[in-house]
Amino acid sequence: MKRRNLIQMGAAATAGLTLAGVPLHLLAAGRKGGVINAVVQPEPPGLMLGITQNGPTQMISGNIYEGLLRYDEKITPLPSLATSWTVNKEGTLYTFKLKPGVTWHDGKPFTSADVVFSADVFLRKTHARLRANLAAVESIKAIDPLTVEFKLKYPFGPFIGIFEVGSMPMIPKHIYDGTDFATNPANATPIGTGPFKFKEWVKGSYIQLVANDKYHVKDVPLVESVYFHVIPDAASRAAAFESGKVDLVPGGAVEYFDVLRLSKLPGVAVTTKGWEFFAPHSWLWLNNRKAPMDNVKFRQAVMFAIDREAMAKIAWQGFAKPATGPFNSNIKFYSTDVAKYPRNIETAKKLLAESGYKGETLRLLPLPYGETWSRQAEILKQNLAQAGIKVEMTATDVAGWNQRLNDWDYDLAFTYVYQYGDPALGVARNYTTANIAKGSPFNNVEGYSNPKVDELFDSGARETDPEKRKAIYLQAQKILLDEVPVAWMLELNFPTLYRSKLSNIISSGIGLNDSLGTASVA
Amino acid sequence: MKRTQFMLTRVLQGLVAILLIATVNFMLVRAAPGDPVSVLAGEAGASDPQFVAQLRAQFGLDQPLSTQLATYVGKVVQLDLGYSYRQQQPVLKLIMDRLPATLLLTGTAFALSLLFGITLGALSARRAGTWVDSGITVVALLFYATPLYWLALMAVLVFTVQLEWLPGFGLMTVGSGATGFALVLDVARHLVLPALTLALFYMAVYARMTRAAMLEVAQMDFVKTARAKGVRPGRILRAHVLRNALLPVVTLAGIQAGGMIGGAVLTETVFAWPGIGRLMFDALLQRDYSLLLGAFLVTAAMAVLFNLITDLVYTLVDPRIELT
Repeated sequence: MKRRNLIQMGAAATAGLTLAGVPLHLLAAGRKGGVINAVVQPEPPGLMLGITQNGPTQMISGNIYEGLLRYDEKITPLPSLATSWTVNKEGTLYTFKLKPGVTWHDGKPFTSADVVFSADVFLRKTHARLRANLAAVESIKAIDPLTVEFKLKYPFGPFIGIFEVGSMPMIPKHIYDGTDFATNPANATPIGTGPFKFKEWVKGSYIQLVANDKYHVKDVPLVESVYFHVIPDAASRAAAFESGKVDLVPGGAVEYFDVLRLSKLPGVAVTTKGWEFFAPHSWLWLNNRKAPMDNVKFRQAVMFAIDREAMAKIAWQGFAKPATGPFNSNIKFYSTDVAKYPRNIETAKKLLAESGYKGETLRLLPLPYGETWSRQAEILKQNLAQAGIKVEMTATDVAGWNQRLNDWDYDLAFTYVYQYGDPALGVARNYTTANIAKGSPFNNVEGYSNPKVDELFDSGARETDPEKRKAIYLQAQKILLDEVPVAWMLELNFPTLYRSKLSNIISSGIGLNDSLGTASVA
Repeated sequence: MKRTQFMLTRVLQGLVAILLIATVNFMLVRAAPGDPVSVLAGEAGASDPQFVAQLRAQFGLDQPLSTQLATYVGKVVQLDLGYSYRQQQPVLKLIMDRLPATLLLTGTAFALSLLFGITLGALSARRAGTWVDSGITVVALLFYATPLYWLALMAVLVFTVQLEWLPGFGLMTVGSGATGFALVLDVARHLVLPALTLALFYMAVYARMTRAAMLEVAQMDFVKTARAKGVRPGRILRAHVLRNALLPVVTLAGIQAGGMIGGAVLTETVFAWPGIGRLMFDALLQRDYSLLLGAFLVTAAMAVLFNLITDLVYTLVDPRIELT
C-alpha cells in the first residue's frame, strides 16, 4: 500500500537531522550555549506530565519528556523515540521500532518496557484524554527491548495521531512501577528522556531547566539553560518583555493589544505558527435542552447575528479568523462545502420571528480569561441585541465557569476547545450522544443528539482510508451546519512573541509545547 | 500581676476567636461555586467521570461536608494545616516558604510609611497654613486617592522600562549566582519599587492623621502651660504635642501591621513578588481549599496578635491607659 511507504519515509529523516536544510552539527558549531528566558502563565500545579496536562505544564514539561512521535504543521507524524513504524493492512496492528541508546535523565536505559508501562498502566490511570484515545486498543506488548506492538479491537482512523508528548508522554517504569502515582515524591523532580533536565523550581518565582548533555540527538540541545519566569499580572508580563527580562512570551500570556504594540519594537518578532495540532476553536454553547435554544431557527438566527470579522479584528487584534463550522481549518477533512452564515441581521430577525422567541432575557456566561475575551463577549452582546435577542452577562471566575458548564447551568456560554488534529480526537466529543454527561466542560455540553451524526462520527473513527473518511466527515459537517447545535465563532491564532535573537523556537505542529532542543540564541 | 492576667485572658480569647474564624472560613470557602477538581479537570482540557471521581476521593471531597469540617478543625487544633494536593506540598511548608518575602516587603513598607508619615505630618502641623503644609497635604491626598494598582504599574513603566534604574519584577536576579553582600544589594534593589508603592498609601494616612491630631493637641491647656513655663518650642512639639497625638496613629498602625501577611496581594501581583498574598489569591482562583484556609488562618492569627500588641503599645505611649 502507498500509505505504508509514506509512513516509512518519515523514518528516513532521522538519518541526518537538518533545520531548513542546514545540518545540525554545522548550525551548532557557532551558536551553542546561551540562556532562554521565557514567561509561563499561570504557574503550573506540577511538572509531571503524566499526571498534570494543563497548558503551562505542557509548555515546560515538553522539554523534559518525549513521546514516541512528533508531528509537523500538517500533522504528519515524525520520528522521535520511535524511529519507524508499520501498520497491517486491516489497520489493527501498529508496530513501533524504538530508538536504540536512549537513556532517562538518571542514566537508566529507555526500553519497550517503559512504553508498555506508560501507555497501558500509568497513563490509562491518570490521563483522561489518552484513556479515550486508547478505547480501541486491545493489547500493548513489548516484542523485544526495542519493539512495541499495539493491537486494536477494530481499526481506529486517527490512531497514528495520538503519540505526541502531551497526549502520550513516556514515563520511567523504574521510578513509578508499583507506587501510588499521584503521591510519588519523584513527581517533584521529573525524569524524562528529553533534551532538558529539571534543575530547580522556586515556587512563585521561576522554574529552571538545564541541557541534558547525554541527549540522544547529537548537538541537541543548543542552549545551556531555560528559565520559565512566573509573572502573575498581564500588564507586568508585557513590561517584563519590554524591559528585556524575558525574551519569549507564549500565546495568551499578554493581551493582544500589547502583542501588537510590542511586536513593533526593534528586535522583536511574532509568529502564530505552532498551534496547528491543537487548532484552538471558539464557539458559543447554546443549551439545546431549553427554549428558545431548542429551536433550530433560533440557533440559526444567532449564527447570522454574530459579527465574526469585528471580533477577530477588534477583540483579537487580528490574531483570530472567522470559524466556518465545527471543524477548525487546520484539522483533517475540514471542508468549506457547507451552509454559510455570513453576518446578516435581517435574516437573523426573520428567523427569530419564525422561531417564536418572545424577547425573554437569556444568561450569557463569558470566559473569565482576561480582557480579550471580555471584549469579545461585549461584541456578541451587541450583535445579539441588534437582532433582538436580550442577554445579560453572568460574572464568574474560572472555577465558577467550569462548575456552571459541568452542571449545564447556562443559556449561552463562551468556550474554546483544542481539536488535536483529527475530528475523531477533537470534534466528535462535542456533538455525539455518547458524550452527553454532566461533569466535564469539554464534552457534549449543549445536549445535541442526532443518531445520524452519531453514526457518521462512529464510522469516521473506524475508517482508515483517508478518502472514505473525507466523504463521511463532509456529510457530518453538512448536517451540523444545518442544525447548528452551537454557534461557532473564531479560529484562534495564538501569537508567540519573542526577541529575534532567538531562532527555531517553533519546530513542530505543537509549537512551544514541544521542546526548545533546536532553539538557539544569537 | 494584673498584666499577666490580662495577657492570659487575651491569649485565650484570641485562640477561641481563631478557631471560630477557621470554622467560618471553611463554610465561606465552600460556598464559592466549583471545587479544586473541576478546576484541575478544566485545565487539563479533557476529563471523564473516572478522572473526576479519582481526584475527589484523593482530595477527601467525597466525604460529607460535616465530616470534612470535623476533620479540618480537628487538624487545626493539632496545628496541622493539611496538604495542598494541587501544589503537592504540605500547606505549612508552602506558607513558610513564602513568609520571609512577604514580611520583608510589608515590614519595610510599614517602617517607611510610619517614619515618613509621622515626619511629614509633624512638619505639616508645625508649618500649618504655609505652602509647606499645603504641599504635603496635596501630595498626601494624591497618594491616598490613587489606586495602588495603577501606581505600581506606573512605577514599573517609568523606573524599569523607560529609565532602567531599578528592577521591577521578582525578589532577586534569577541565575546571577550572587552571594553575600552582592545578594543583599540585589534584593534591596528589587525591594525599592514594591516597598515604596505599598508604603505610599499608609504614609499619606499617617501624615494626615498626625497633622490633625497634633493641631488639636496643640490647643490644649497643658501645652499652654508648658509654653507659659518657658519650655523650648521644639521640646513642646516632640514631648508634649507629638506624643499625645500618636494614639490614633498607633491604632491605625496596629491595623496595618495585622494585615501585613495578607494585605499585599496587588503589589505582589504587579511586581511578581513571591509572597503569601499571591499564594492566597492563586489558591482562591484554583479553589485550593486547604492552602486557602491555611493562609486565612495565619492571617487571622497575625491580626489577633497585633491587636494585642497594639493594646500594649497604648500603655507605653500613654501611661494613663490601663490594661483591663
